[in-house]
Amino acid sequence: MRLNIPEQDYMYSGHVGCPGCGAAIAMKFFLKAMGEKTVIVLPACCWSIIAGPYPQSTLQVPLIHSAFEAGGAVASGVRAALDTKGDRETVVVTWAGDGGTFDIGFQALSGAVERNEDFIYVCYDNEAYMNTGIQRSSATPYGAWTTTTPGIQWKRGRKKNIVEALAAHRIPYAATASIAFPEDLIRKVKKARETHGSRFLHIYTTCPTGWRMPSEMSVRIARMAVETCIFPLYEVEDGVHYTLNYTPRGFPVNEYLKLQGRFGHLTADDLEQIQEMVNEDWQLLIRKTGEQA
Amino acid sequence: MKKVIEGSQGVAEAVRLARVNVISAYPITPQTHIVETLSGFCSDGTLDARFLKVESEHSALAALIGAASSGVRTFTATSSQGLALMHELLHWASGARLPIVMAEVNRALGPGWNIWTDQTDSLAQRDTGWIQLYCEDGQETLDTTLQAFALAEQVNLPVMVVLDAFFLSHTYEPVDIPEQEAVDRFLPPFAPRFQLDTANPCAFGSMVTPDTYMEMRRSIAAGMEAALELLPEVEERFAGIFGRRWAAIEPVRCDDAEIILVTSGTVTGTCRELIGDLREKGEKVGLLKVKLFRPFPVEAIRRVLAPARKIAVIDRNFSFGASGIFAQEIRAALCNTPGHPPVFGFVAGIGGRDVTKDVLEGIYRQTVESDRPEREDLWIGLKEVPDALEHP
Repeated sequence: MRLNIPEQDYMYSGHVGCPGCGAAIAMKFFLKAMGEKTVIVLPACCWSIIAGPYPQSTLQVPLIHSAFEAGGAVASGVRAALDTKGDRETVVVTWAGDGGTFDIGFQALSGAVERNEDFIYVCYDNEAYMNTGIQRSSATPYGAWTTTTPGIQWKRGRKKNIVEALAAHRIPYAATASIAFPEDLIRKVKKARETHGSRFLHIYTTCPTGWRMPSEMSVRIARMAVETCIFPLYEVEDGVHYTLNYTPRGFPVNEYLKLQGRFGHLTADDLEQIQEMVNEDWQLLIRKTGEQA
Repeated sequence: MKKVIEGSQGVAEAVRLARVNVISAYPITPQTHIVETLSGFCSDGTLDARFLKVESEHSALAALIGAASSGVRTFTATSSQGLALMHELLHWASGARLPIVMAEVNRALGPGWNIWTDQTDSLAQRDTGWIQLYCEDGQETLDTTLQAFALAEQVNLPVMVVLDAFFLSHTYEPVDIPEQEAVDRFLPPFAPRFQLDTANPCAFGSMVTPDTYMEMRRSIAAGMEAALELLPEVEERFAGIFGRRWAAIEPVRCDDAEIILVTSGTVTGTCRELIGDLREKGEKVGLLKVKLFRPFPVEAIRRVLAPARKIAVIDRNFSFGASGIFAQEIRAALCNTPGHPPVFGFVAGIGGRDVTKDVLEGIYRQTVESDRPEREDLWIGLKEVPDALEHP
């Protein structure tokens, strides 16, 4: 089967990501859908490195690095400047990791979308502070090992539901997407591009290094996250209108968890608890999308 | 046209006349009248700018970093805690070589909460790569804000225009507000040397290795040195159009002075009065007003101060474990001059306490009567609080 993906790339060949990096795959697809009239604001994250050291850049669009917690604010300023110059064509994008979105960057993000700044905020979520060496974030899922949740102190808190938090700001468009579903991802990017006001994309990006998994499994594991209902694909318009974009096959969560070393310590009881949590979240979601259980 | 306005309104008038494109700020007492006035200008169309009402001072400066990188003229204003919150991005703005202009209203840092004037907030940012200009009165504040844009855009470094809380920010004085046409001649539209541009996609602020970083830092230092050279040119152009001249430093009756008082900010005005009185009584005393703190005009200061017998620096600020900050800089400027005069470091007016002419005369008398300072910091007007001083 041939996927319907635009041929044109806006990344040069060669980047500084790890083999199998989901974040690099996400950027490739994202820019295919965005095109050249794009400015990327890049708060500190893995991509601060992946984009290449001075004087090189792996991107074919303008890029401005920013302080870790400032992604929403820097993008607001770029947008304001473009507006005063009469440039309504260029789209401003903040491309942030889960730390720069869920945690340290949350205030600036919340402020920017409360003002309904006209930009796209993308969180590529690899579920921990991967650039600094796999430390837990509030996007790290229940049950995961990280270097700051080692041994018996594996993470017991739930992953923050960032899309719900953004939907609560009643922004025009919020959606989840996955590197394993590129056509869905590209459609959502194009939809975000055509929408005005604050748009938020939560892209699930595997991390072979941090998740303790083989690099060639990146896309397969991303697919399993969707098929197990751990990372459902859906959209929220104006904060209230939910649409499920793909009906998962509903595999047991262990089909996803067992592929990754970061979950290797979990017992049968732990797996059961995670399954219950995933079931609960799924029910909450489909109540909003209106699907049948 | 002369109008009686607040120091804060003078700043806002200058921002309007500079045709700033993007403003971003978060309110904090005593900066609020600046942002309120500018909000009014943007609302009624007097100023055609985007004003981002952000959710913190950190985001205020972050937004301007984005806007200035996109090649437009930018302005913010803050004070005290707000400036401290911006600290990380102060470094970022200078490192990215962005000509952002900020009005910074000197206010004490908590705890305890104190909204009154104190220079420690801005002086604590001395190593962030911002040009710092300390103003004495309303006219100088307005004029300096206009000059700040010209200077910033020539050297690609951010500029802080610093004014005292209340004594300057909220004080009404007659101020000449220039005509737009004259300001346009002084300050042409911003022509950025680099900007985010989809037709010429570049990466800004990428990772740099030890192989490159040091040269980039040296380039910023060179920009600071250039600012020292260029400020007189900016002043000259300004004087040619508006007939007013300020300066990096201003010596008042220093030529034959045996004792020179060194001041900054609004204390200077009071000190001018004192110098006049003392001179009438035949005292050989002078005053050195320091306006430009970064880059610090070492050579010029050395030339004025080295011939004197004693120097008395008045600091409305303090660096714990060291001394008043202007005193430190003055000592450092003089230390390689053989036989230089002793430097008395007086600390006065902390947290907005009044520095009256009597206080300044006391400082002068104490300097006359001592051969050398007893300690590096001489606190003036301290009340008796024995427990606090004996059992810290």
